[in-house]
Amino acid sequence: MAQERAIITVVGKDTVGIIATVCTYLAENNINILDISQTIVQGYFNMMMIVDISAIQKAFGDIQNELTKLGEEKIGVQIKTQKEAIFDAMHRL
Amino acid sequence: MINLREVEETNAMIDKENLDVRTITMGLCLLDCIDSNVDKLCQNIHDKIYRCAKDLVKTGNEIAKDFGIPVVNKRISVTPISLVGASACKSSADFVKIAKTLDAVAKKVGVNFLGGYSALVSKGMTPADELLIRSIPEALTETDVLCSSVNLGSTKTGIDMDAVRLMGTIIKETAELSEKKGVLNGDSKLVVFCNAPDDNPFMAGAFHGVTEGDVVLNVGVSGPGVVKKALESVRGTDFETLSETIKKTAFKVTRVGQLVAKEASKRLGYPFGIVDLSLAPTPAIGDSVADILCEMGLEYAGAPGTTAALAMLNDQVKKGGLMASSYVGGLSGAFIPVSEDQGMIHAAEAGALTLEKLEAMTCVCSVGLDMIAIPGDTKDTTIAGIIADEMAIGMINQKTTACRLIPCPGKKVGDKVEFGGLLGFAPVMAVNPYSCEAFVNRGGRIPAPVHSFKN
Repeated sequence: MAQERAIITVVGKDTVGIIATVCTYLAENNINILDISQTIVQGYFNMMMIVDISAIQKAFGDIQNELTKLGEEKIGVQIKTQKEAIFDAMHRL
Repeated sequence: MINLREVEETNAMIDKENLDVRTITMGLCLLDCIDSNVDKLCQNIHDKIYRCAKDLVKTGNEIAKDFGIPVVNKRISVTPISLVGASACKSSADFVKIAKTLDAVAKKVGVNFLGGYSALVSKGMTPADELLIRSIPEALTETDVLCSSVNLGSTKTGIDMDAVRLMGTIIKETAELSEKKGVLNGDSKLVVFCNAPDDNPFMAGAFHGVTEGDVVLNVGVSGPGVVKKALESVRGTDFETLSETIKKTAFKVTRVGQLVAKEASKRLGYPFGIVDLSLAPTPAIGDSVADILCEMGLEYAGAPGTTAALAMLNDQVKKGGLMASSYVGGLSGAFIPVSEDQGMIHAAEAGALTLEKLEAMTCVCSVGLDMIAIPGDTKDTTIAGIIADEMAIGMINQKTTACRLIPCPGKKVGDKVEFGGLLGFAPVMAVNPYSCEAFVNRGGRIPAPVHSFKN
């Protein structure tokens, strides 16, 4: 099946288990991680994941909402999920 | 693969610099709705708009969510109503009936504006054109989301001065009727053009030209805040660096517009028309074209150097944007509406920006004298004179120019007028007090200009 990519960004105060929590959710929802990069600047955690959402069962909009909620309620970080096309459009010819 | 820095850059533009897709505008041809019975015509118009546009708002919102970029407005433009109603409408009241139908169906599908209550009279008026124009004060004060435009001239045909003179009166009447009825000043939804484009997605001047297909999706991008931010990083550098920075930024902004346009076309099943490369400000802080001019080195918009700065900005936005989209159209340039731009409001309040300077600025950018509040006692002949000047600039320079002048009954120079929402507020600006009555009352038209001997 062809890949359908989305970008997940996680921004917030660094704490134990951010990646674990996000990855657990992704695994439960059949979302494959293709790439991860992260930095921590002055205690602030900044992560980006490129994921494949082609096998998700739920609607993409629900995944977005659930991830945002997970970030706010469980780990106190901001999680944003966007389709990759917007970044490709802007940064790739 | 996309890297973290690129993702951060895009999201900073959206979250901090007000990058958005300003509008997805669905252009709809209504010629197939024509009937000689006005009630049947209204029914046909309602049915077609509802059928084609019922999913427009929902789809726009879904695209916005998927990509994480706001799609601020979802709008509709239709075939100029003077053509659609020509066979059915025997009076201005008949045209008002169509206006109310358009307003009702626009609200039903949830769009925030519908444009096309228009007449194209660049060479002369048909009886239907004149009836429509005379119905504008009533139509705009009886409706909420309907926008009206009249094309009064073109480079190919010259300027219809009879229509210019009539519009002076209509603009004044619209303001007075709005005041009497206690509704939003209808002139904020009324614009007159020279060389009006057929595929403009921006209000109040959007209409669906007769050269267009049945249904088409046009997208207007924006992002003055993004350009301003990019220029902050090149303070004190030379014009080459400045140009390059604007170009690159415009490219990125337009690519997002192109993506959204293609996506909307795919999801709605209607062809993509054009991307309009305009820098469209809003009253929000940091979403101002005037602020870009200040960042370029001016104390206020309106200071000496403003026309040059704007000319360069406008040109670089086009150069950057043209490569980013397969079809560019509409107005494509920097907008300089006074009330919708915080920086322009500041400049006007400080006395740095006058009507005459704005007129000069319209020579080098889109579109024209836009959202300018003028004293309520301005004579209708004076309004016609200002319009004639602006039309002449468009005609001679082969560009689109426009006027959206808003006489404010009971207000004097310096008073503040609130229009609300995206329309913002504006200080009432001074108008040259000397008369042009004998000139605009001559009647007839100004001949088309020579297309050679350019100087």
